[in-house]
Amino acid sequence: MRYVMFVCGDGTEPEVDLQAATEAWVAEMDGRGIRKTGDRLRPVADATTVRVRGGEPLVTDGPFAEGTEVIGGFDLLECADLDEALEVAGKHPWAAYGGVELRPVWEWLGA
Amino acid sequence: MRDAVEEAVAAAFRDEWGQVFATVVGLVDDWELAEDCVADAFAAALPAWRRDGVPRRPGAWLTVAARNRARDRLRRAGVEQRKLAEVASMPDPEPLPPTEFPDHRLELIFTCCHPALRPEARVALTLRTLTGMTTAEIARAFLVSEPTMAQRLVRAQRKIRNAGIPYRVPPAHLLPERTAGVLAVLYLLYREGYASSTDELVRAEVSGEAIRLARALVALMPDEPEAVGLLALMLLQEARRAARLDAGGELVLLADQDRALWDDSLIAEGTTLLERALRRGRVGPYQLQAAIAAEHDRGPDTDWREIVRLYDELLRVLPSPVVRLHRAVAVAAVDGPAVALPLVEELAAALDRHHLWHATRADLLRRLDRGAEARSAYAAALDLAPSAAERRFLGRRLACLG
Repeated sequence: MRYVMFVCGDGTEPEVDLQAATEAWVAEMDGRGIRKTGDRLRPVADATTVRVRGGEPLVTDGPFAEGTEVIGGFDLLECADLDEALEVAGKHPWAAYGGVELRPVWEWLGA
Repeated sequence: MRDAVEEAVAAAFRDEWGQVFATVVGLVDDWELAEDCVADAFAAALPAWRRDGVPRRPGAWLTVAARNRARDRLRRAGVEQRKLAEVASMPDPEPLPPTEFPDHRLELIFTCCHPALRPEARVALTLRTLTGMTTAEIARAFLVSEPTMAQRLVRAQRKIRNAGIPYRVPPAHLLPERTAGVLAVLYLLYREGYASSTDELVRAEVSGEAIRLARALVALMPDEPEAVGLLALMLLQEARRAARLDAGGELVLLADQDRALWDDSLIAEGTTLLERALRRGRVGPYQLQAAIAAEHDRGPDTDWREIVRLYDELLRVLPSPVVRLHRAVAVAAVDGPAVALPLVEELAAALDRHHLWHATRADLLRRLDRGAEARSAYAAALDLAPSAAERRFLGRRLACLG
């Protein structure tokens, strides 16, 4: 099963530098053939949202949902089941600071 | 009066639903479909058994009927051949020994209690899939409307499929944590049936189902001392059920209960189970709570010092304010209310929204002849108490203070 993993935080940097630990996580999950792709995202200050209403695009500065939790990165995982995905997500260094959300990919059978 | 065939269907419903469902869901990998097909099989059983006689192995008959129904529905839905072949290849029951139908209830219960499901969904799904209690019955037990409960069940079933929650007993490295989750759900179920605000009949049924599930779990995991400890705890509490309410439906405190109404055979069974669990040398919160219940079941011979000691041990593995409150009650029995009161009051910040904290404090103040403070504490408890029987009990206490 494929899962998109959203790495979430409150928009602030944790006090310790997680760069090395995150790279180690990426190396392990790439090595296990679980992580297919993924990247860190620029902060919400750089986000832009577009909504089309009545055929007219309405462009606004900022994220789609304003909240205290923000998505800081994503990874696409290929796992046997949710238990494996939870083990992988739980090992991500950000899980101990913010949280990691797992969303199953909506698979189109027969496509 | 029910005739013999109706009795046979009712007995199969009670004894076989969980096992039939566990097998079918493992085959079709779709919880909603499995539930429909198992329900259809039970509906078909009555006319078929009237016509052909009650089968020698009703569970096997029902499993095959549900499997066939699932195969037909999948075929009509045009499901891929591989899946159909898998479902169709399940053996027919009659010529085969019973071992050909392995018991999948352990897979089922671990899946129902998966931490990715909401706690209330875990409890409802465990009841629905393992006991065959209907959605309407479960809704009544949890005081929600039937559509609300139906939606809760469907959402959980869909999440199992869509989120990829595996249908299995977890591997060794996850087993301790997940077993604790299963035990928590069963105990929550039991407590719901023991102390919820629904009527006594519904409650007794939910507690009874929790005990039956705990028995099944112990049979499936005989080496897990906490599972045995949980069953012992349930039986040692269940033994006092008949004495908890008087003829008028009023709550009776442990100390005032009619000992003759206690069920000695349940006490004996619970005590034996507890000793068996403790011999394994891996003590845990359920075994300790069972040991406390066993000590209470000794009635007037209860050794309150031993209960304080057991609560101290319990606090080491389960350091919760509610456990500390119970310990304070035991301390009051040993050293008197003046020693216990400060132990209760230091829990104020954690428990002042909890009626038992106010009720315990009120009782200690009453015993210390601090009437005015006791009255306001009883009033606070009365405001927070969830069940009518508890509110009436607290109201009587308040009235006694004048």
